[in-house]
Amino acid sequence: MVRDTNRHYKFDWTTIILFFLLVGFGWLNILSASHTGITVDYFDFSQPFGKQLIFIFLTFGLIILLLAVDAKFYERFSSVLYIISMLSLIGLFIFGKNVNGATSWYGIGSFTIQPSEFAKTATALAVAKYVSDLNTNINRLKDQIQTFIIIIIPAILVLLQNDTGSTIVYGAFFFVLYREGLPQYYLTVAISVILISILSLKFGAYISALLALLFVLIFHFFNKKKIKTFQSIFILTIAVAISFGVKFFYQNILQPHQQDRISLWLRLEKDPIKLQQMKKTFAYNLNESEKAISSGGFSGKGFMEGTRTMGKFVPEQHTDYIFSTVGEEWGFLGSAFVVITFVLLLLRILHLAETQKSQFSRVYGYGVASIIFIHFLINIGMVMGLIPTIGIPLPLFSYGGSGLWAFTILIFIFIKLDSNKINEW
Amino acid sequence: MRQFLLFITIISVGVLFLSRLFYLQVYNSSAHNLYEDNAIRKVYDYPKRGFVYDRNGQLLVANQPSYDVMVIPREVEPLDTIEFCNLLKINKEQFIKTYKKAYRHSPRLPYVFLSHLSKEDYAVLQEKMRKFQGFYIQKRSLRYYETTIGANVLGDIGEVNNKTIKKDPYYIMGDLIGKQGVEASYEKTLRGIKGIKFIQKDRFNRNIGPYKDGKFDTIPAQGKDIKITIDAKLQAYGELLMQNKRGGVIAIEPSSGEILAMVAAPTYNPNILVGRDRSKNFTKLYNDSIAKPLFNRSLQGVYEPGSPFKLMNALIGLQEGVITADESVTCYRGYKYGNRFMKCHCNSGTRNNLIAGIQRSCNAYFATAYRKILDKESNASKGIDNWSKHVKSFGLGQFLNNDLFVGQKGRIPDRAYYKHIYPKTFYSTYTISNAIGQGEVATTPIQLANMAAAIANRGFYYTPHIIKNIEGEKLKEQFTKPKKTTIDKAHFEPVIEGMLQVYKKGTAASLQVKDIDICGKTGTVENFAIIDSTRTQLTDHSIFLAFAPKDNPQIAIAVFVENGYWGSRFAGKVASLMIEKHIKGHITRTDLEEWLLKHSLENEYAKPYSGEPFKINGQTALQIVEEQEYYRLKRLLKTINKPKN
Repeated sequence: MVRDTNRHYKFDWTTIILFFLLVGFGWLNILSASHTGITVDYFDFSQPFGKQLIFIFLTFGLIILLLAVDAKFYERFSSVLYIISMLSLIGLFIFGKNVNGATSWYGIGSFTIQPSEFAKTATALAVAKYVSDLNTNINRLKDQIQTFIIIIIPAILVLLQNDTGSTIVYGAFFFVLYREGLPQYYLTVAISVILISILSLKFGAYISALLALLFVLIFHFFNKKKIKTFQSIFILTIAVAISFGVKFFYQNILQPHQQDRISLWLRLEKDPIKLQQMKKTFAYNLNESEKAISSGGFSGKGFMEGTRTMGKFVPEQHTDYIFSTVGEEWGFLGSAFVVITFVLLLLRILHLAETQKSQFSRVYGYGVASIIFIHFLINIGMVMGLIPTIGIPLPLFSYGGSGLWAFTILIFIFIKLDSNKINEW
Repeated sequence: MRQFLLFITIISVGVLFLSRLFYLQVYNSSAHNLYEDNAIRKVYDYPKRGFVYDRNGQLLVANQPSYDVMVIPREVEPLDTIEFCNLLKINKEQFIKTYKKAYRHSPRLPYVFLSHLSKEDYAVLQEKMRKFQGFYIQKRSLRYYETTIGANVLGDIGEVNNKTIKKDPYYIMGDLIGKQGVEASYEKTLRGIKGIKFIQKDRFNRNIGPYKDGKFDTIPAQGKDIKITIDAKLQAYGELLMQNKRGGVIAIEPSSGEILAMVAAPTYNPNILVGRDRSKNFTKLYNDSIAKPLFNRSLQGVYEPGSPFKLMNALIGLQEGVITADESVTCYRGYKYGNRFMKCHCNSGTRNNLIAGIQRSCNAYFATAYRKILDKESNASKGIDNWSKHVKSFGLGQFLNNDLFVGQKGRIPDRAYYKHIYPKTFYSTYTISNAIGQGEVATTPIQLANMAAAIANRGFYYTPHIIKNIEGEKLKEQFTKPKKTTIDKAHFEPVIEGMLQVYKKGTAASLQVKDIDICGKTGTVENFAIIDSTRTQLTDHSIFLAFAPKDNPQIAIAVFVENGYWGSRFAGKVASLMIEKHIKGHITRTDLEEWLLKHSLENEYAKPYSGEPFKINGQTALQIVEEQEYYRLKRLLKTINKPKN
């Protein structure tokens, strides 16, 4: 610890300001979304906005603590943190408290804590540690598998606890590994599979298979590097198999309610009566949140004046659907502000990650950006109807102590690492 | 290259989100409208509709509460339909039908699901209403008629129709609006202005408080009470006398233009158009295309005026100086013009001056006078235009521009009117029927009553109107400013003298009322109907015009009784009795009263529809009402005469 040489620690204030902008604006919207009645008691700690205020104040202590700890501590103890985190996830199967069908909480009195939020940070540290190890070569299959195992353990644990949203977040590490040299074909395959699946569902298996054929043919004859015929045939066969497989999976294996979600998302359902029904059942939240956002117009209805927010038309509005409050009360201007602030924060972290001297810091920074990005993508995408409904909070914005602290830890560890880069050699 | 994947992805997602936001909030968004926001419940506070009093302060129309079940289809959640139907006392088919109708009307606007619940049903339903999301109860005020008369005067209120809603945004589906009579013509005065409260709802449809502390709420403005010019007792009496007859009676106070009575027969009890049976009863009235009870004969009935119109020709003749009061015309049982002949009742060789001409209703006299008017400047074209101008100054042939909801122009021809029949040559003989109030002239009873008032006033009239007083308002100048006719005051005296003689020894000599100098004029008008595409003559209309007393007239009256035959047979009796009732307050000519109650014209009205050939006028016998009906009418008469509060 070199406390007396402060000039060696240069914290990135841009990130810190963006962080507090989001937390502060988030709190205003939680206040709007969760207060009831005409008068507002800002310090009513029985209400979500009051509790969140406490969480935010505690955050300051947490930040000081995180920045005070030596930067090397995080790298050195990353394995330990990872193991503790995994144990806490496993412990949920025994001591967990069931809320809304997911066993993701420990309950101590009225206080609950969600270990899966912290597991993301621990996994990011562990992946950074493993990938930056001198003995690790991510191009090697063995190391790829080991990295996947680090990632897949928490992903499976949270999936078993019925927290699908958090599982998907672990997909974020793809960006990290790709940056660190994961072979190109992973990306090609991933994009191809996603494209073929969506095309098959939206336009039918034949059209998607036909497109795949066209694509493979073009590649086969016009690529500079000669591709062997059996290779092309193999790829084509798999593409066609996915095309029909996805369609078959959708029609015969998925439950009707899952089919409905997909058909709503891809706008497959044209029958207005069926659509109306969907809007009253599973798509109720989505429909209400879209309406709330839409009703905000260009400049919004004003702080604490959203009629749909006040009427609590959007369920879970102070948690997963918090963005609809922004949309209604602050309009296009406010919503765009939030989107742009998030984008700036992500790009800033990404930029800082690229400038790191140590591979550990870079990989970790990439992890931070990727995890926040996935949350941002899925949450706002869902609230605006661009992505099927997946329950996942908006980082720093949504109500919840665990979430807020987990993201604070995630970000400020990186800020600490970044501040230490001048001491690296 | 690898480090740009996430970078580009983040930027792409940011752009995608901004575009989506732009689409949702700017491109696809309508400005926030409180009225369309379904998070805000709009609760209307309907003010008390103004009461209607008669000229003596007798309350005619008051209010009673009523409860409607409203639905906003978009907000309806699955419900226990059977329970709901049982509560509303409807069956499931009705439920589905009405719901679909409401949905077609608009998924997001309130629709009257069931109107006029009884108080008992309301009490039960109110308890359970919260179980049925999307439905609510709207309290309204319905009319309560303190009387059984004057349906055509008072009118009624009913649900506003889509056409009106589109025209006037004040109204919303289910609002009540004046449909006829004073309810319609004084709608804005009576209804007041409804208040609105904006209430913030939650998604369970519960009220959670006033929207923005009630900043946008308005309080209702109460409807104003009005006093109408009708004398309820006279109106009731007139309606009684006109039972079993068809036609119209209009009585006007000449010194003010106030309508004292406005009877249209047949009529109906205004109470049947209140509440749940309204639409059923209205349809019944509406579909009665024979008796036409909704047709206000005193305002809309356009009839040839017949002999009373002779008074007009006398006045114009005097004004134009083409006749004098003393000049006589000899009648040879009619008037010969060219090779045609107009019959008259006078004995051959009778010499009639103006007064005798009116007293005897001599056709020859007025044919002569009419021709003299038209041929004054040896140009009948000019003559008829001048004649028309004089007639119109009495309010005939045009809308009176009053405060009654319906009306008709009637018809007073001029040269232009005849252009298509007589494009080139035009002689006074062509239109000779106008001399005796037939041919092309046509008037409504109210126009004729107004003409009587103008004669009673010796040359001016006030636009006949129904409003006496609106609380806190002054009467429009239109009703308080006299309108002058084109006839000088002096010319009225001989004509009025003639009208007096009609009663003293002329065609109405049998209708005299002790101590009242009534001036009147009988009329008997031929009329025709098309039956099986042949023009068939029906029994003449009985018409009467009068005012009384001769000096300082208090009442001017016009009576039309369809197919009543000669003027003094039905119409004259009605007029005399109404005059006596108004001036004395009681009836001495009970013989006339008795006669009218006893006699019905229903058999006359049935003839054209019988499908058989029938006889008319003198060849027919008068129908006497059945005993039961007679006693019913006698009982009614008693209740009218009994002094009421």
